[in-house]
Amino acid sequence: MFKSLAVPEFLANIDQVKCIRCKRCIQNCGWDVYSWGGDKVLIDTFKCVKCLRCYHYCPTEAITIEDNLVRYRNNANWGFFQIRNIKKQAETGGIPLTGMGSDMPYPVLFDNLLIDACQVTNPSIDPLREPMELRTYLGKKPAKLEFEKTTDGKSKLKTKMPPQIKLEVPFIFAPMSYGSISLNAQKTLAIAAKELGIVMNTGEGGLHEDIYPYRSNVIVQVASGRFGVNPDYLNAGVAVEIKIGQGAKPGIGGHLPGEKIPLDIAKTRMIPVGTDALSPAPQHDIYSIEDLRQLIYAIKEATNYTKPVSVKIAAVHNVAAIASGIVRAGADIVYIDGFRGGTGAAPVIIRDHLGIPIEYALAAVDERLRQEGIRNEASIIAAGGIRSSADAAKAIALGADAVAIGTAALITMGCTVCGKCYTGNCSWGITTQRPELTVRLDPEVYAERLINLIHAWSHELREILGALGVNAIESLRGSRERLRGVGLDSQTLDILGVKPAGR
Amino acid sequence: MSHNFQKDMSGCGLAGIINKNGKRISGSSITKSMCLMNDRGNGLGAGYAAYGIYPEYKDLYAFHIMYDESASQRDTEEYLKKNYHIEKKEPMPTTPVEGITISPMIWRYFVKPLPEKTEREIADLQDDDFVVRTVMKINSEIGGAYIFSSGKNMGAFKGVGMPGEIAKFFKIDEYEGYIWTGHTRFPTNTPGWWGGAHPFTLLDWSIVHNGEISSYGINKRYLEMYGYKLTLLTDTEVVTYLLDLLVRKHGLDVLTACTALASPFWKNIDDMPEDEKNVMTALRIVYASALMNGPFSILFGHSKGLVGFNDRIKLRPLVAATKDKTVYMASEESAIREICPNPDKVWAPRAGEPVIAELEG
Repeated sequence: MFKSLAVPEFLANIDQVKCIRCKRCIQNCGWDVYSWGGDKVLIDTFKCVKCLRCYHYCPTEAITIEDNLVRYRNNANWGFFQIRNIKKQAETGGIPLTGMGSDMPYPVLFDNLLIDACQVTNPSIDPLREPMELRTYLGKKPAKLEFEKTTDGKSKLKTKMPPQIKLEVPFIFAPMSYGSISLNAQKTLAIAAKELGIVMNTGEGGLHEDIYPYRSNVIVQVASGRFGVNPDYLNAGVAVEIKIGQGAKPGIGGHLPGEKIPLDIAKTRMIPVGTDALSPAPQHDIYSIEDLRQLIYAIKEATNYTKPVSVKIAAVHNVAAIASGIVRAGADIVYIDGFRGGTGAAPVIIRDHLGIPIEYALAAVDERLRQEGIRNEASIIAAGGIRSSADAAKAIALGADAVAIGTAALITMGCTVCGKCYTGNCSWGITTQRPELTVRLDPEVYAERLINLIHAWSHELREILGALGVNAIESLRGSRERLRGVGLDSQTLDILGVKPAGR
Repeated sequence: MSHNFQKDMSGCGLAGIINKNGKRISGSSITKSMCLMNDRGNGLGAGYAAYGIYPEYKDLYAFHIMYDESASQRDTEEYLKKNYHIEKKEPMPTTPVEGITISPMIWRYFVKPLPEKTEREIADLQDDDFVVRTVMKINSEIGGAYIFSSGKNMGAFKGVGMPGEIAKFFKIDEYEGYIWTGHTRFPTNTPGWWGGAHPFTLLDWSIVHNGEISSYGINKRYLEMYGYKLTLLTDTEVVTYLLDLLVRKHGLDVLTACTALASPFWKNIDDMPEDEKNVMTALRIVYASALMNGPFSILFGHSKGLVGFNDRIKLRPLVAATKDKTVYMASEESAIREICPNPDKVWAPRAGEPVIAELEG
């Protein structure tokens, strides 16, 4: 085998004077970058992904990981990664894979939107002194309420409320399956969700018995592989989600290779140990909107109409019409995953070139559902690139009921968005099943960090609401009048339903 | 459903009177009360609404319409003739006032929708719904025409000027009504437009409003989903239509509607007895987009009563008082005492708690 001609991206360095030969870097690196050479640590920099595990765990700060300055000759058209990918494909004949959301410099419209604030004519509200409400309910809402008078003259609710998911704050954790992430990572999400009064989502990998105690904070997912799906599973959580697509890889399925299916995952997914876990691109019983309707109602029957049914789709060109169909098919929640959404594994070419960003998709869906008079029929969850509470506030103002966060949650567990989730070597114990790596992720410890993050974002949201002079999140939801666009053309503003700054 | 609009903003003073026995009161009282609060306005808008003023036409809709030019009047009347029986048509009685140099043409019509017109048959509309549709249509489609009052046995009178000037212009003291509301305006960003003054009305609803609804953006989009066209871009228009939707269309009682619009906080709801908690939770969930957030005090009148209410944390003033069978509400206590020096009871209603005064018997 010849040495790869794909230039390494990163250069791992050890300062030999500072190094005390403790070998912690060798122990910590999940990628085998380091090995023991008898008197010093040897480095295979080709394997380095810059996840910085070794850097953080080096007791003498001897390690530096630098971007490799050696690049191919400058060319505005043939960029480094284009040339490198061709070399890799020439060597392997395969499809280069990647993890996480797209790192391409497509415009992020959240960065072109600014939020209003009150001055004089309407007072701002101090969230430290006044109540500031973030509670959110997900599910179908009747268009109106009807009351009836009881014999004692009191008025009683006649309308039967459809089932709702109660969230104390408008954040949920994005679906990440056991298999794509470790059980400890899922436990971290579950502990945090319970403490925060929000929900996590099993993803398509079934529900491990260790997560059952957190079932009142869990959405269970039904995807094309139908892993772990049975009546108990459907009834285990607070809602059921049908996964049609994922923002990072719209239109394609998934493939968890057999070597990543040890006993525990096999049990949870209800498949034999060591078999490939294949998620087909479409669900094989859904080839049309009426098929989706049948599945939605099959699930509603199986859960006795006690749980909202969510449908998750990737944001694609025609997303507004698709979402409208989904709502008319009976979904109680539409989960829209934008182009920048994360993944455990996807072909680079798919991730970076298919789909549309969440800002456009969300604005189009919310507006379409309103035009059709069915916005109350379903809640909207926006996902795919929510990086801060500001992004969340902007998404909510564009029309989302809640936002889902995946990558941000993993970052609290140590993730540095190195994008190598698909290798199963995550040195932080997140996207790996190797026991010596997963053991590093203590759910109790990291849940606290995740809780801290959501608390911090919630405080920030309250500050934003206060500045806007409103004291409930529903007064921001869909209130695009409180956003202004900077540096956006008039057509984009039109799609977003937002005025330019200065108007 | 355009997002490219310029929203109106203003601060204000307001007052309201109702005699619960239905005894009619001269317009001079409300005028006097309003004139005491001149410093709450800046002369860019004042107005009054009165109930019980057209007893001889009480079964007909009284349309008060402003026209900028005769072409607007021609187009409007053409539409009205096609769809309505017009019992009476006359210029609005007015008097020249020194401070008011420019005014639109103002006409008054007493009308009833024709029963057999195709436009109605298609939509199978009740009279009220058809009148609402007419108001939306004329106000949004006929340039320079604006129906500013469309109820039965009630009317709105408003324009650009101080409360005293507007009262004189419309000869308010010559009318007698069992409910009166008055308003003076302090707009901060709009040139004076006669249609932009309060009260805002739709059918029998009339609203005077002090404050800015910070949730305007979502309230507007919520109403648009139900077919309302928001042409005036004022908060008050939102209030009017929200009440129309909740009370007239959805059949909620006034107290429940007010509770939905200025709802209690979750922390209070969570402590309520189970039944009440369920009702409140449902109300907040279903009418989340109707929640009016931001500072306001509002008086709204309808043929059977007068309601005053505040935002959820009372960011704008509202005082109420009673004397025998008369209930007073105003931005300032002084405006009440100006016309009722010794009320039986005076109080400041709590945040979000409506004061509901209804006709008896």
